[in-house]
Amino acid sequence: MRFAYDTSYSDAQQLLRYRSQWFCYGALAMALILAPWLLPAYYVGELSYLFIVCIASLALMVLTGFTGQVSLGHAAFMAIGAYTHTLLLDQGIGFIPSILGAATLTGFVGLIIGLPAIRVSGLYLAMVTLAYAMLTEQIIGRWKDVTGGFTGIPVSPPSLFGYDLSSLKGFYFLCLVILVAVLLGLINLMRGRTGRAFIGVRDSEAAAATLGIWVGGYKVLAFVISAFVTGIAGALLAHHLQFLTPDGFSVMLSMELVLMVVIGGLGSLRGAIFGAVLIGMLPTLISKIKPLLPTSISSQFGLETFVFGLILALFVMFEPNGLNGRWLKLKILFENFPLYRRNTFRRGKTYMHSERYR
Amino acid sequence: MSYFSVDSVSLSFGGVRAIRDLSFDVAQGEVFAIIGPNGAGKTSVFNVITRVFNASSGRINFDGKDITNVPRHRIVDYGIARTFQNIELFEGAAVIDNLLLGRHRFPYGNLISEICWLPNIRRAEAESRARVEDIIDFLELAPYRNSLVSALPYGVRKVVELARALATQPKLLLLDEPASGLNPEEARDLAFWIDDIRSDLGMTVIMIEHDMSLVSQAADRVMCMNAGQVLAIGAVDEVQSNPTVISAYLGT
Amino acid sequence: MDAQVVQILQLTLNGISIGSIYALVALGIVLTYKATEVLNFAYGDILMMSAFIGWGLIVVAGIPFWPAALITILIAALLGYVLDRHVMRTIVGQPQFAGVMLTIALAFMLRGLVSMGFGPTSRSYPTPWTGHITHIGPIVVTDLNLVILAAALIVTALLFLFLRYTQLGVAIQASSQNQLAAYLCGIRVKRLNSFVWALTAAMAAVAGLLLAPIALVDISLWFVVLKGLAALVLGGFGSIPGAILGGLLIGLIEQFAGVYLPDGAKEMSAQLILIAVLILWPRGLLGEAHGRRV
Repeated sequence: MRFAYDTSYSDAQQLLRYRSQWFCYGALAMALILAPWLLPAYYVGELSYLFIVCIASLALMVLTGFTGQVSLGHAAFMAIGAYTHTLLLDQGIGFIPSILGAATLTGFVGLIIGLPAIRVSGLYLAMVTLAYAMLTEQIIGRWKDVTGGFTGIPVSPPSLFGYDLSSLKGFYFLCLVILVAVLLGLINLMRGRTGRAFIGVRDSEAAAATLGIWVGGYKVLAFVISAFVTGIAGALLAHHLQFLTPDGFSVMLSMELVLMVVIGGLGSLRGAIFGAVLIGMLPTLISKIKPLLPTSISSQFGLETFVFGLILALFVMFEPNGLNGRWLKLKILFENFPLYRRNTFRRGKTYMHSERYR
Repeated sequence: MSYFSVDSVSLSFGGVRAIRDLSFDVAQGEVFAIIGPNGAGKTSVFNVITRVFNASSGRINFDGKDITNVPRHRIVDYGIARTFQNIELFEGAAVIDNLLLGRHRFPYGNLISEICWLPNIRRAEAESRARVEDIIDFLELAPYRNSLVSALPYGVRKVVELARALATQPKLLLLDEPASGLNPEEARDLAFWIDDIRSDLGMTVIMIEHDMSLVSQAADRVMCMNAGQVLAIGAVDEVQSNPTVISAYLGT
Repeated sequence: MDAQVVQILQLTLNGISIGSIYALVALGIVLTYKATEVLNFAYGDILMMSAFIGWGLIVVAGIPFWPAALITILIAALLGYVLDRHVMRTIVGQPQFAGVMLTIALAFMLRGLVSMGFGPTSRSYPTPWTGHITHIGPIVVTDLNLVILAAALIVTALLFLFLRYTQLGVAIQASSQNQLAAYLCGIRVKRLNSFVWALTAAMAAVAGLLLAPIALVDISLWFVVLKGLAALVLGGFGSIPGAILGGLLIGLIEQFAGVYLPDGAKEMSAQLILIAVLILWPRGLLGEAHGRRV
């Protein structure tokens, strides 16, 4: 069994408290740093993509998991980040200012989307964001002079202070460093005053207002932060894709992001990473399984969609708290061993409560 | 000029007049109870004070300032905190996080310093935690500190809601049916706590209550409402023996 | 009559007919919403699957149109019943978000199954009205469009009367507003919900069978659910007459936007309307206002 012995209030603020945590995260860090030299090139590229998708997933988790604002249109923010970054690079602007500029513009668009979000909530917000994503895809496709329309534009390779980062290892470490920076930043934000305010807005707007939280302002802030970080992910994705077209940022990408967040477990950054890893690796896993299936099924392209749906359905039905929920249950199992009670997480019978009339 | 006053406030929803021309005063350090049958408009009074609704007419003054049209999230800065009739806790968070949210109105640092977790943020968080622990000790919530709110029994959740309101360090505390759903032992604890809140913490309390024994124990003055209007205001036994109050609400 | 007026009338008629499909879709979604407070994102995919099944029965098995349509509707109803009984029922009591996620999951699964089973080619099948045209003055309208309009109107009327005046209809609405109380009144809530799903799946089948000859039997048929949502929002969430009104209006606006507004406006009009209405008039045209008591 494991107990938390804190001797001062600052102890509770430490991110890594136990030796086992230091060891595990240290080993993970070691593995990630050595990976480009240990793994075949294909997997290094896959890991880079995973890192990018983790960043986007973290961003969406801040908005949906912590602030409760459903967004079915985050691919649009990635598109804006990607295209802006590409266009700024083409103008000759350096890598860091370009990526920050792209993220800032995306954040600004997030502000514009966030303002109406104050009045609209839940289901309606889901529909507005979905409509907005489809609209963005259309606008990008038709604004031929700037975005190259449906035929697309190429992306210049990334380079930092003269070093060319377009190599496999270079890009891998670029994505890894940005992911770690984003992750730490968001962890700090979520465990502080702002993160608590987000949770307040999610769980009870009425109570939050009486505690001095400006609900509308925090909703917009969540949108801006989420859009900013998604813009960064989009810019990195541009380098990964090397050629941008509007259908690289379709509704399916938005749904994939939502899947990551929901399957990972709403309300935890760890869950965002879990979800991103699972969903990001799914296409690779599926293509590994395809040779084993009869040709009539594997020859069509619907298998991926089907598997996405199946996994989401299984998680919603049997593990609503997602991968993070499962992780916490296992952690409590190990912490309380051998005194773990089997029914610790048994769900009681609940009846539906109308959310329209309360 | 009284410490807290409601002057001729009215509230209508479409055709329904929830509050009609209501006026009452509360002195500093007083415990003021509001009683009355359901639908009398008691919670609406709180909702108007905390700006959930806009009063159609009238003024509300607190500590010399007019708070009738203050934005909803600024009310707590004036020193007014409330609890809710149907518990509005943050279900997804632990008790300690709910209480720390009560400290939200004391700002520290900006977004950038929070992202970087600078030392001043670190210190401010520890300070908040210390203050919140004082309240946990005061209301005996220590065994529940890290439990998820959704897992707690009803009586404890009511106390957590009270604790969260106290965490904002208010001058005026609005309690909406604090004893509803509490067993007699918990209700007695509540009476002592309200007394402590008034004498040790120096707060003024306005509470809506149906439990007349709690009202008799804890309140200084009582107001009985019916159909959005005042029936009687005065000392507890005065109001309790008022014939209109008895026929409208108390019964014989 | 001069050409301009003829064009306007033609557009109007086209708009009304395509709008009727949107209205049928919106009606199906609003029915599930009124019964279970869940927005059925799988509606478009049930619609698409029915179109494929219809194609299979008519073209591959050679069954004539009316029996094939009937069989398709029955299969769809059965599918809807099974989906609710075995999938949606497992998450009763959880917040609305879980229900929406589950319907999205079902939508993906159905789409994937149809992709795998039928492949990506577009197909079509003949109906009794294919190739038949009616002339109303100088305007040309295909018989199929008239049938669609008639079907939408009939379904709206039946649904409205059902929910307002029959005991079953009132029970359906009651169970969505307070499920525990509905149980205590003797309403068999679970069975009712499965019935509603079967009913909406049947409506989806009707819409799919009528839409497919126009839009081809294709995976992309599921997109019509987004137009249906826009129609719902415009007409007012939770309102049956609002659903058909919204559907017709969206159909009309799309047709006119395609001609009078710059290129691309037609595809974007439904989304723009949805965003605009939700921001400016959240209640829509005929919708109900919802509030929360604190």
